[in-house]
Amino acid sequence: MTDAPLLPLFILLTSLLASPVLFALPERAARLRTAINLGMAGVKLALVAWLSLKVAQGVIYDLRFEVLPGLEFKLQADPLAILFIALSAVLWLITTVYSVGYLEHGPHRARFFGFFSLCVAATVGIAMSGNLFTFLLFYELLTLATYPLVIHRGNAEALRAGRIYLIYTLAGGLVLLLGTLGLWVLAGTTDFVPGGVLADVVAQNPRAAQALFVVLIGALGVKAALVPFHAWLPIAMVAPAPVSALLHAVAVVKAGAFGIMRVVYEVFGIETAQALGVTAPLAMLAAVTILYGSLRAITQDDIKKRLAYSTVSQVSYITLGVALASPIAAVGALAHLIHQGLMKITMFMAAGNLAEGLGVKRVSQMDGVGRAMPGTMLAFTLAALAMIGLPPLAGFVSKWYLAQGGLAAGQAWVIALLLGSSLLNAIYFLPMLHRAWFRDAAPEGAGAPGRPRIGWMLAAPPVTTAVLVLVAGGFANAPFSPLEWTRFIVAIEYQE
Amino acid sequence: MSVELSPMILAIFLPLFGAIAAFIAPRAAWSIGLATLAATTGAVIWLARDVWAKGAVMLPLGGWGAPLGIDLRADGLSVAMLALTSAVGFLVSIAALDSLKDAARQRQYFWPLWLLLLTGMNGVYLSTDLFNLYVMIEVIALAAVGLTVLNGTRDALRAGLEYMYASILGALLFLMGVGFVYLHLGRLDFAGLAGAEVSGSLIAAMALMFVGLALKIALFPLHFWLPAAHANATAPASALLSGLVVKAALYIVLRLAQYMPFPSETLLTLVGLMGAGAVIWGGIQALRAERLKLLVAWSTVAQIGLIFVAFARAGEMGLTESWKAAALLILAHGVAKAAMFLAAGRIKDEIGHDVIRDLDRAPIRPTLAQFTFALAAISLIGLPPSLGFIGKWSLMEGAMAAGYWHWVAVTMAGTLLSVAYFSRVLTAFLRFDRVRAPVGEHQGWALADAAPLTLALAAIGLGLMAAPLLSFIEIGYPFGVAQ
Repeated sequence: MTDAPLLPLFILLTSLLASPVLFALPERAARLRTAINLGMAGVKLALVAWLSLKVAQGVIYDLRFEVLPGLEFKLQADPLAILFIALSAVLWLITTVYSVGYLEHGPHRARFFGFFSLCVAATVGIAMSGNLFTFLLFYELLTLATYPLVIHRGNAEALRAGRIYLIYTLAGGLVLLLGTLGLWVLAGTTDFVPGGVLADVVAQNPRAAQALFVVLIGALGVKAALVPFHAWLPIAMVAPAPVSALLHAVAVVKAGAFGIMRVVYEVFGIETAQALGVTAPLAMLAAVTILYGSLRAITQDDIKKRLAYSTVSQVSYITLGVALASPIAAVGALAHLIHQGLMKITMFMAAGNLAEGLGVKRVSQMDGVGRAMPGTMLAFTLAALAMIGLPPLAGFVSKWYLAQGGLAAGQAWVIALLLGSSLLNAIYFLPMLHRAWFRDAAPEGAGAPGRPRIGWMLAAPPVTTAVLVLVAGGFANAPFSPLEWTRFIVAIEYQE
Repeated sequence: MSVELSPMILAIFLPLFGAIAAFIAPRAAWSIGLATLAATTGAVIWLARDVWAKGAVMLPLGGWGAPLGIDLRADGLSVAMLALTSAVGFLVSIAALDSLKDAARQRQYFWPLWLLLLTGMNGVYLSTDLFNLYVMIEVIALAAVGLTVLNGTRDALRAGLEYMYASILGALLFLMGVGFVYLHLGRLDFAGLAGAEVSGSLIAAMALMFVGLALKIALFPLHFWLPAAHANATAPASALLSGLVVKAALYIVLRLAQYMPFPSETLLTLVGLMGAGAVIWGGIQALRAERLKLLVAWSTVAQIGLIFVAFARAGEMGLTESWKAAALLILAHGVAKAAMFLAAGRIKDEIGHDVIRDLDRAPIRPTLAQFTFALAAISLIGLPPSLGFIGKWSLMEGAMAAGYWHWVAVTMAGTLLSVAYFSRVLTAFLRFDRVRAPVGEHQGWALADAAPLTLALAAIGLGLMAAPLLSFIEIGYPFGVAQ
């Protein structure tokens, strides 16, 4: 009963077609621009909701056409795709509101929102890619669409950061091209199929398969900020706050993590990958990244840098959950894809509000900001506590499943790792909260109490996402919660 | 026996008559030019439909047929090249209307020269014998040199002179090769070549012809004339020279490889190495170029190299497939480079200079032209989903499958270089902190941006239509006839 077989295409087109319109709008047409932005984001959310319902009912969407002989451009809407699209649709709407407020009087808004839309379209494309070839198309589009956002301020520092960002991501893209070609030549297909497509290749030529794994994960690891490919992420922090928020929560790092999921589950297949002996090294790499990111976060005074290193660490939870090769850990990984997005976007929007409202950009300036901006800081606090893993917040749910999965996979070290990481999270987040709530503001200076003037468009979004953090954790077992949906996916990937 | 009206004859003679008419009536030149192009495009569409329906079509001129008479032949590859020429040519002509509107003298000579060029190129794509090819490349050279010096600046004249020397030398070498073939075989038609036995003198003739063509293509290390010539010509002329003219000689190389018993693996590797040299050297020079148009011209040198790498990607055995990768890259480069040169010309016109270092100081930002430039760069770098990407994909796929990893490495290095040199320009577009005056918005939007933008969008969009494109190119299966 596919009454609307083109639904995935429409979802892609909402933001893809909005983009050229937004580019062409004159700078002063702010109202119209906002109306288009919010309208399209709303339409997309509605379409995604419809699509999710259909997919939950078992409808299969599959759109394809041939680009080269045998090689297809393919869109599909499997439950894993829905998970990612739903995240991006919800957060796009919220971030759009925030961006409109943030850039109200800034320059080049037409350009900003044009690329912003393109970036969201790329994310949706990545989610719905039915094969690695299509994934590659959108992965590169994402790089190209985010670069102008990263250097939006257009000054020397932004350009330097942009250059580093571009070098990392385009080099990663080139390696991904190599890996995609390798997959195509070895397997004759690049389709994402639960259980993988490489079983025969692995049996005949395990060396080539291992090399392919290294190439693909290395390429995706750049965007997923796996150590040692993570250096661009803290540098890209010069981007405007809504861009950072989107980059960290949905777009870039998530695209990498999502790609790793697709590769491990649907290119190699979890059993094949395990048999090939590549999951254990990947888990180790993720573990190293988790610890390294947290350790580096402790010493950062710049708030956004601290958050960025925290992202390096937190995103690798996803990779860890995938690499542990246990269904329970997979539930944790997938749920964390959503949970980390909600938590991190809250924190980045809150950090943006501190900078906008009070001029506070460093941890050492945070004294007393809680009283000056209670709503924003309440949201920040909630997200930070969730990151640390306080039950019943969202972060706790992810960590709980990861730990259980580690046990189930006979990898007890994971528990130590998670405890250590939570401790480190606490070490770098709690002092921020302490300063914000329990210290008096310096009489003058950046954190001085006054009436911070931020509009509702800046104030409301972090509070909204913080509420979502609360809901996703507290009602984790409700139908259509991220966790429930995740179980549905894992049953497919593990072919149960 | 009367000659029936054939689209092939129209494709060659319409532009010739147009050129003469435009020369005689300079005031009406532009309308004659556009009408001729429209009519020629119509003929090409007619021909494409014929080929699509019936496969390769052959037309003996004067009813004699080869080896005595002259045959015209059109298969998928020739129609693709004709279509590229007409489509790109038509859009460049529209752009030329605007960019030459204040230059009466240039306008007077542009149209006759360009239509003559079109005659020569269409002639190349439909020829089936070596002597005909020689005549046609001389026609092309004549017109192309004229277009190079059209704006009459000192630099353009000097570059044009160098181009002329290279062109004459190239044609001479080609003619010598043709002479050797005639002495050896007694005939010059492709069918005769295909049946010939491989021998030392035939290989020598082939080598002579190749070197002559390489001079005209500007294949490294014979590229010395190209950067100055393409960079100093007026923008629409640059677009035609870079996008279309070099493709005619490239096409001849593909054809010769089809009909002549191709020399050994070693020679093919040598060709690939020349291509690799071009990719690297062109990339390095583009990194160092100070002017926008010079950068674009050096990128042509690098891209031509990539086409030869594609040609050599899987060795002698792979040639029956490799030519397709080369053909895709030829089409991709034709469309994207024409767009890029036109966009560069627009940027230069709006800002008033094309010094890359100072592009970000300009208070005027011709955003549409810059956007066009960026799209063209995406295709030339080979980012998805552009046609350039598909061409590169085919190149690397074949090289990988055949285990020729060095060509994969060259391609990747070339890609990184092209990212590096194009991002010099693209970054300048997005930088604003060095502008003193306030930057206005949507400045420099003009109807003149429409043609280059269309080309750039085509370069991106055609990538998604590569499958039908490939199956069209294969009509009449140009390769494998000799096997």
